[in-house]
Amino acid sequence: MPIAQTDLETILREGFPDAEIAVEDLAGDGDHYKARIVSTAFAGLPRVRQHQLVYAALKGRMGGELHALALETSAPA
Amino acid sequence: MTETTTANPVHDFIAGAIADHPVVLFMKGVPEQPQCGFSAVCVQILDHLGADFVGVNVLQNDALRQGIKDFSDWPTIPQLYVKGEFVGGADIVREMFQSGELKTLLADKGLLEA
Repeated sequence: MPIAQTDLETILREGFPDAEIAVEDLAGDGDHYKARIVSTAFAGLPRVRQHQLVYAALKGRMGGELHALALETSAPA
Repeated sequence: MTETTTANPVHDFIAGAIADHPVVLFMKGVPEQPQCGFSAVCVQILDHLGADFVGVNVLQNDALRQGIKDFSDWPTIPQLYVKGEFVGGADIVREMFQSGELKTLLADKGLLEA
């Protein structure tokens, strides 16, 4: 069950309003994305917690509608 | 991560597996034959580092496939545990391998042959 790139970007922006977000459709099939998110929300958190915040923002879509989302998260330098 | 005794047999199985084995990869397929590219990458990395690990195939059982996601509060597979602690999924394992952190983590815990 694919998801449109613009929808994915909108959802991520809602979850991380201050963030710099770059989404890439890796396979062109709406099902394999890569997202780079730079947000102050990640400051001081281990990577597992950073990714869990992203998954929480996706509200259960990860592993369902979204098969693959490669994540690169960091806090602003 | 809170691990309390539960009435959930799947959670008990997972808790037992990560207590009994220092390095556990919950994956799709078995280490000799992964059935997903992300699981395959994690196997390759662990093999490359020379880590002795146990692979648990979540495809053998739907309750386990869902149970590991609930247990770790993590929606995807593979998932790597080292000494009972959740390290991360495929992206984190790859990043930690590339930065050398994974090798350091395993070596610090005495899990790599010198």
